[in-house]
Amino acid sequence: MKKFLISFMVLVSIFMLVGNVTAQEGKYAIIVKNAGNPYNEKEMDGFEKAINEIGGEVILKAPAEPTAESQIIMIEQLITQHVDAIAIAGNDPDALQPALKKAMSRGIKVLSLDSAVNAQSRMVHINQADPEQIGRVQIQAISEMIGGSGQIAVLSATSQAANQNTWIEWMKKELEKPEYDQIELVKVAYGDDLRDKSVSETEALLKSYPDLKGIIAPTTVAIAAAGKVLTDRGLQGEIELTGLGLPSEMAEYIKNGVCDWMYLWNPIDVGYLAGYAAEALVTEKITGNPGETFEAGRLGSKEVIQAGDGTEIMLGAPFRFDKENIDQWKDVY
Amino acid sequence: MSEKSSKNKISLERIQQIREFSLIGFIIVLSIFVQFRNSNFLTMSNIDDLLTNTAILSILAVGMMMVIITRGIDLSIGATLALSGMVTSMTVSNYPSLHPLVALLIGIFIGLISGAIIGLLVAKFNILPIIATLGMMNVFRGITFLISGGKWVSAYQMSDSFKAISTGSILGINNLILIAIIIYLVFYYFINYTRTGRKIYAVGSSPESAKISGINVDRITWLVYSIMGGLAGLSGVLWVSKFASAQSNTASGYEMNVIAACVIGGVSIAGGEGKVTGLISGVLLYGILENALPMINVSPFWQNAIQGAVILIAVLVSALIKRRIGSSNKIRRED
Repeated sequence: MKKFLISFMVLVSIFMLVGNVTAQEGKYAIIVKNAGNPYNEKEMDGFEKAINEIGGEVILKAPAEPTAESQIIMIEQLITQHVDAIAIAGNDPDALQPALKKAMSRGIKVLSLDSAVNAQSRMVHINQADPEQIGRVQIQAISEMIGGSGQIAVLSATSQAANQNTWIEWMKKELEKPEYDQIELVKVAYGDDLRDKSVSETEALLKSYPDLKGIIAPTTVAIAAAGKVLTDRGLQGEIELTGLGLPSEMAEYIKNGVCDWMYLWNPIDVGYLAGYAAEALVTEKITGNPGETFEAGRLGSKEVIQAGDGTEIMLGAPFRFDKENIDQWKDVY
Repeated sequence: MSEKSSKNKISLERIQQIREFSLIGFIIVLSIFVQFRNSNFLTMSNIDDLLTNTAILSILAVGMMMVIITRGIDLSIGATLALSGMVTSMTVSNYPSLHPLVALLIGIFIGLISGAIIGLLVAKFNILPIIATLGMMNVFRGITFLISGGKWVSAYQMSDSFKAISTGSILGINNLILIAIIIYLVFYYFINYTRTGRKIYAVGSSPESAKISGINVDRITWLVYSIMGGLAGLSGVLWVSKFASAQSNTASGYEMNVIAACVIGGVSIAGGEGKVTGLISGVLLYGILENALPMINVSPFWQNAIQGAVILIAVLVSALIKRRIGSSNKIRRED
């Protein structure tokens, strides 16, 4: 999914610098992966919103190309500008380490969002997706759609995809709960994130399991392919579909009723949480150690948790896209 | 001399026939086996799915066969397909009232130009086909990224009439299948019964002799890549219409499936060899593998392995047949 978002060929090189000197407190900078990417723009929007609420000065930076080199140059610039915090969606987990360490040694608070930098180069990471919640919420959704009983199948990306496999593990854990006794997971199929294969696999599911009630597809290509197959066969209402997908790809199938709703994280919230986390670091409400908590505006209280050899703040439940809100999101990403 | 070669011809034709029949036999055995495992396999609806899903591959395979016969290869078709699909779907999203036929023509036109450029590189500049097409593959992918800005064209941006190209049907037969059948009829005639078609074999069997006998080898080479491009362009439109989505990385790596289908169908990578009838069974076998493997509940790891093994067996059989014919005999063909 992320691969798509990193568009290699960006025509415009926008070095955005929106100065918004409103209050006394602090300069907060965000560096996203690259310019011209709607997903990144939304992250910056959210960050800006949070900083405006706090009353700080916000500096938005987006390199022309999604490379670590261009981000390093920007970090250097921000160090000379004496910003108070840098939030970064890293284009490389390790290459940014010297620059970010230098920033931290000058007293700048460094955090990563969306795409993590290694634990030594950051104080905390904003994780857009809590794998446990992502896994569980999809089972809850399909259970609600099919009325709590029947056969379901999962249509994933490749059989080795780490993200998807973690989510599927959590789906299985959620299914162990007694309220899902009537739901049977009959197959985990793999469409390899290829259109043609995902379609073949969906068709095979329909034929091999005539009683199939629902499909969970936790990846964009698979959920859109399944949506297309169910649409072409007029199976809306008979076989339910949910999962994770880009709103643009799913707009058609959410509006025609094949997929009642689906999930993905909201890039605005990722940026927004990063903004509040940056403020918490600067005001030393948190230092990036596990167990600390802070208030993140409308998102409520958030906790710093251990993840690998670093710490993270989880955004929480993925964002739900349905008929009501899909129109405003389909053009976004 | 004539007696000897006619004898060789008979044995060659027989071996080719044995080969084709053994392939058909294999398809039947495989089908029965799958049917045994999943009784839904040999139902009308599944056969319809199978053919619909194989249509695009089969269209590409015809072009690829001609390229391979001239001792070439085209690795760029996946990228050409993506480029044509992206341009067409972007046009459709901007002009939703565009007639589907115009969309098809736009796609074919883009493919033709792409193919003609490759043909020029291979024929006029004598760049090795594998290098020329590998290079152009990246160029076409890059252009696709550039014009789309990395964004996808999604289902809601496409008009219903455009999506109906591949979902619609005439007399109960899906349009994709119909288009594939028409392409096969046209190219069956072209390859077997026109002078230009026969020249393709001549060029592939022995470029030197072809040149001496007055065949414009460059022109034929240029032609096969242009046709391949045109078919890839057509496939691009069909692809985005079928899946209702155009990405910059559409059909990435798909050229390998097409080459594999050709090889299974008895097209020799060494050139000069390959028939439309053989190609049909090759494409069919590939389509059955794609359709059946998900239905018999084998692990995803085995799916790839089984596909690979079948291709390998096909190549092995082909190599064994070659050895029997003997290396000194060039393949002769006639109408």
